[in-house]
Amino acid sequence: MKPAPFDYLRAGTVQEAQAALAAEGEGARVIAGGQSLVAMLNMRLARPTLLVDVMHVAGGAEIRVERGQLVVPFAVRQAALLNRRDLLSEVPLLAAALPWVGHVQTRARGTVCGSVAHADPSAEIALALVALDGTVHLRGRRARRLPAAEFFTGMMQTAARPDEMIEAVSFPLSQEGTGHAFNEVGIRHGDFAIVSVAAIATGDRLRLAIGGVNDTPLVRDWSSLDDRQVDDALNDLAWSLDARDDLHATARYRRDLVRRLGRKTIKEARQCAA
Amino acid sequence: MAFDTKTADVEERIEDGALLSGSAQFIDDLPFAVGTLHAAILRSPHAHASIVSIDSSRARALPGVAAVIDGTALAKVSEPLMVGVKIPIKCWPMAVDRARYVGEPVVVVLAEDRYVAEDALDLIEVTYTPLPPVIDPEAALDVNAYVLHEELETNLGSERTFRYGDPESAREAAPRCIAVKVRYPRNSCTPMETYGVLAEYDPHGTGYDVQANFQGPFSIHPVIARALKVPGSKLRLRTPPNSGGSFGVKQGVFPYIVLMAACARIAARPVKWIEDRLEHLTASVSATNRVVELQAAVEPDGRVTALFWDQIEDVGAYLRAPEPATLYRMHGNLCGAYDIANLSVRNRIVMTNKTPTGLNRGFGGPQIYFALERLMQRIAQELELDPLDVIRRNLISAFPYRTASGTTYDSGDYVRAFDVALNDGRYGELLSRRDQARAEGRLYGIGLTTAVEPSVSNMGYLSTALTPAQRAKSGPKNGALAAATISLDPVGSVTVQIDSVPQGQGHQTVAANLVSGVLGLCSKDVRVVAEFDTAKDAWSIAAGNYSSRFAASTLSAVQLAADRLRHRLSRIAAAQLNGRPEDIVFAGGRVHLNGNPEASISFARIASASHWAPGTLPDDMEPVVRETAIWSPEELAAPTGEDGINSSLCHSFIFDFCGVEIDAVSGQVRVDRYVTMHDCGRVLHAGMVEGQIRGAFAQAIGASLFEEFAYGPDGAFLAGTFADYPVPTVLEIPTLDILHIETPSPLTLTGAKGVGEGNCMSTPVCVANAVADALAPKCGAVDLVLPLTPARIAEFLDAEPAAPEGYQPAAPTTGKGLTGRGRAKVSASPQAIWDLLMDPEQLAAIIPGAHGVSRPSEDRFSADVTLGVGPVKGRYKVDVALSELDPPSSALLTGRAAGALGMGEGTGRVSLTALPDGGTEIAYEYDARVGGKVASVGGRLLDGAARIVIGQFFTALGRRAGGQRTLFARLFGWIGGGK
Amino acid sequence: MRRLIADQTHSISLKLNGKPVHAEAEPRMLLSDFIRHVLGAKGTHVGCEHGVCGACTVRMDGGLARSCLTLAVQADGAEIETVEHLAPEPGSLSVLQNSFRRHHALQCGFCTAGILMSLDTLLRDHPEAGETEIRDALAGHLCRCTGYEPIVTAAMEAAEILQKERLNA
Repeated sequence: MKPAPFDYLRAGTVQEAQAALAAEGEGARVIAGGQSLVAMLNMRLARPTLLVDVMHVAGGAEIRVERGQLVVPFAVRQAALLNRRDLLSEVPLLAAALPWVGHVQTRARGTVCGSVAHADPSAEIALALVALDGTVHLRGRRARRLPAAEFFTGMMQTAARPDEMIEAVSFPLSQEGTGHAFNEVGIRHGDFAIVSVAAIATGDRLRLAIGGVNDTPLVRDWSSLDDRQVDDALNDLAWSLDARDDLHATARYRRDLVRRLGRKTIKEARQCAA
Repeated sequence: MAFDTKTADVEERIEDGALLSGSAQFIDDLPFAVGTLHAAILRSPHAHASIVSIDSSRARALPGVAAVIDGTALAKVSEPLMVGVKIPIKCWPMAVDRARYVGEPVVVVLAEDRYVAEDALDLIEVTYTPLPPVIDPEAALDVNAYVLHEELETNLGSERTFRYGDPESAREAAPRCIAVKVRYPRNSCTPMETYGVLAEYDPHGTGYDVQANFQGPFSIHPVIARALKVPGSKLRLRTPPNSGGSFGVKQGVFPYIVLMAACARIAARPVKWIEDRLEHLTASVSATNRVVELQAAVEPDGRVTALFWDQIEDVGAYLRAPEPATLYRMHGNLCGAYDIANLSVRNRIVMTNKTPTGLNRGFGGPQIYFALERLMQRIAQELELDPLDVIRRNLISAFPYRTASGTTYDSGDYVRAFDVALNDGRYGELLSRRDQARAEGRLYGIGLTTAVEPSVSNMGYLSTALTPAQRAKSGPKNGALAAATISLDPVGSVTVQIDSVPQGQGHQTVAANLVSGVLGLCSKDVRVVAEFDTAKDAWSIAAGNYSSRFAASTLSAVQLAADRLRHRLSRIAAAQLNGRPEDIVFAGGRVHLNGNPEASISFARIASASHWAPGTLPDDMEPVVRETAIWSPEELAAPTGEDGINSSLCHSFIFDFCGVEIDAVSGQVRVDRYVTMHDCGRVLHAGMVEGQIRGAFAQAIGASLFEEFAYGPDGAFLAGTFADYPVPTVLEIPTLDILHIETPSPLTLTGAKGVGEGNCMSTPVCVANAVADALAPKCGAVDLVLPLTPARIAEFLDAEPAAPEGYQPAAPTTGKGLTGRGRAKVSASPQAIWDLLMDPEQLAAIIPGAHGVSRPSEDRFSADVTLGVGPVKGRYKVDVALSELDPPSSALLTGRAAGALGMGEGTGRVSLTALPDGGTEIAYEYDARVGGKVASVGGRLLDGAARIVIGQFFTALGRRAGGQRTLFARLFGWIGGGK
Repeated sequence: MRRLIADQTHSISLKLNGKPVHAEAEPRMLLSDFIRHVLGAKGTHVGCEHGVCGACTVRMDGGLARSCLTLAVQADGAEIETVEHLAPEPGSLSVLQNSFRRHHALQCGFCTAGILMSLDTLLRDHPEAGETEIRDALAGHLCRCTGYEPIVTAAMEAAEILQKERLNA
């Protein structure tokens, strides 16, 4: 289990990284923490011709708050974000979701933007980003920003072009009176989610985001949903998803989790909001 | 002299200093000769296929590649591995002409390093003709089933029936017959270190020199030597100082010893091979999966008067040595802890297209006890008895006990162990917890099980698989020798050589404790060497680390050697101290006459006397430099003419109970409390005994709730990574209460019995019984299959809420592989679309990643295609045949793709319907099967990947045909495996 | 910015266990292979090469890293610490290592190097760590021998001893 050959380039600036990606085309991949990519290299599932290491670009690891958004640049490791002192008040959903991302050891290396770029259907950070209407900051020859919901286009597929790298992702700061909750069921803690659920409650309004079932995180909004309606709403949602059987779970079990985990998560989010 | 358990209790392990500081040497750490080549293995992506041709020319041309060796080359320097039962199949360690399981070696590349060797694998083109896969063990026995080994003309490798007592009469007399049918899955204890082999060949006389992290039994040594066509003396097999766990599994390295040794001979260079994790999970070795129908004749009070076993054992693609040992190891204890005099057994061994099986902790026990103890619970359920009473009424109560099938249980007090466990384990409290949970509407259950854990296998038990006539012809086989050597060097320091090949069980520490106790030394002064060397050590076929033999067997040899050495040294000391040998005391590194400690001599002086001054020895004495003891338990006789077999020497007893709760939200099984009672004879080292129990328990929790070597119906292997083979972490292991009673074995010199495997046998069924009990109020008696994943549990819980009105049901599934369907509307006419589909040049532009499309005949297309999802990309050769052509409205496409990441095949139907506005609706359905690496490691992604690739194709088709108006975003698909 | 070409080796300089080292590697070489087979520090073990088992865990610039999920070229200029660096001096053991020995927190010892690196880092960065934090750190490692319980016990004892040592210092 050893990688196939590739070139390696350690970029000093975002411009250098972007230029290298543009020159190489399809064969280039950005490597940041490498926690998903290197496993795929080892299995030779991925065979890039060039890896562009962005972890030595100055300023890439500095989290900032800007215009009501928590901006997380490309070199911020998951552990750094999780250890941020004010994360619980700034983006409580992230604070709830991040401990579910891999393990202490992979969070120490893996980056927030790297997880977004990988676009695994079960990824917690992607789910939080979509649930919160976050933004992906792409850097090609030009910079552009995409709403998270438009960024994820399929299983491990994104709207990023081959010459673009993620420069940052940004999460709206939490508003007073909004409650957040996150829950997940995997085979073991730290595994890919079989189903993950994020709930955001503001007054009567409710948003639910489901990961691990469809190819991309799925969001559903209700302007109001009282306790008697919850079960029916969740059942409708469960059946509307593209749940499938795989080695670890059946479609039926995934729907069960959407119903039961959904109910639990809604309740927790509403308690937080109150 | 008895071994002092009290001082041993606090002993830290001698082994740990090196292991904790990173200086311990494992197989991949050993130095190797300059010029050593590194091996990588190309493996079959097919469960079953003929090998038509192997083109390795590009691999040979790659700089750094020294040799490319296939099955034909291997067959020139070796012979097939011997088969334990006498059937005419050929077990090669690498496929010759036909591959019979996913992961079977097909080609070995030897190169200057592993990276280059793997590069070369990518350049080898193997042409296969797929054959029908045979996966289900019951289906494999069907007369119409495809046969794996043509020479045998059937997939049945062996069938034997046995009858002890009078089971038929017992059944007639009994008021009730109660039966269960269970399917035990495949799993493995997966050591953290994978296999490794370093092999050299000297053509000038010394033959093969191999180092491997093999664990024994060394009855395999003659199998290896014979396959390599050398006498045993020309096969030197050594083990490294440390081995990173084995649990039986590293017995399975032996075919790779043959393979790499043969490669070293062919290449005339030393060869090193370190297995990677994907190889290990896919193709190292597995426990057997088994289908068991077990029936009991039962009295109204739950007393069982007869058992009827019907077992179908799936050993995978080859009946490889030492199989069918998994099935026969337990032959003497098929009635477990119960006093049942009448027994009927039908054993069938079947071969299927799966990885060959072998040793795995618990070896045969998990399969037996899962059936037996599920049955005991079923008896209680059907007779509405307390399961405790059913167990208690059947427990064996007097020892030694002779089982129906001929084994002697050496010692025990099952009733006392049972009562102590219920009391000290606070069983009553567990009942209250269940009552309370149920009152609150929670799903809570209690499971119980007993198990008899055999240890020190009779090397003759396997011959029970032969008929008495066959046995008479081949000669009796029996016994379980153990060997130990204690050496004294010129300064009187002590070295012990043992034959147990430990993989972390602390054998050195325990042996050092024993020898130092006998000789009055500190254990740190005794060096114990556990590296094994067939060229220098005393050993027999029984050597190795299996069947929990160390404490009972090897340690008996150590005790014997130490006692003899002490006796002989006493004579030297007595001569020097002017006393009698029987009055010599060994203590504190000195020797003296009893009652006169002041006049003492150092141990070193006595121990070195034979080196420096043999003339000072008593006249009739041979010099004392080393003492080798061979211990042989006479109780382990060959099978009798009536098929009675004393299959193991020692029998430990286990009684477990546990409470589990099924989580109301996740459906996951949470073990609330688990109590395990062991009687493993004398406890020699409390810390290590506890370590063995905890380790086995954790592995058994994995087998109960998480782990399975899963295969698709097409034989694709689905659990190639630690993400898909979920070994539990610390967060998944519940707390464990361990209890002991001690009834020392009268048959071993230490009184100890095996303890290392028991919970692998007892825990899976105990957890299953508890889950069944939790479900019982809702579902009654249920049949359970391990692992008890929440998705499986979900099927027993409430019926699923109905789909909302207007829900579109998914397309019918074929029950195989990936299926899906979709639709797209385009503005071009059906004829225009049809023309596109039939035109290679146009297709080249439409098929995502196509490098060239040709149409070798009217109804065939070929292409080189790069397929991928995200970063996962691979290049495939694709062949598509067209049939059922109905221009311009429908066609059936049958295709096959093969590449380095694996292969796939499938069929798809495309239909074109004219729309009123002149456009076309394209509808398609597909059904595909994917195998090889991508199925093993990327199973989670496959379904989505298929949809993406097919979606891309139709999007491009629509675009090409003149503008796609709407692509129905929703595509239906699912993996229908087994559902 | 220099592009390191595949199939060629390139000079890599890093600090291994406090000592500067220089050696050559192709861009694709894994840090685990580089440490073990090029630099010869074989105390770090390789168990799965896909980042799940944790046996190969090392400390890189003070944080934990799966060396099988790290390229040697990524570690150019970095400071790497491995199990060989934990003991205060040859022949002795650290507090954590001693607790492991006392509580039989290892059997075959193959997974142990990575586990020690994770727990050593936890106790260094979070001296107040309790059972929850210890289990959380340990959850990134697979051990097949011990059933984990003795490892938790050993780590908790080590945490307590280290806390006392700190108070006394």
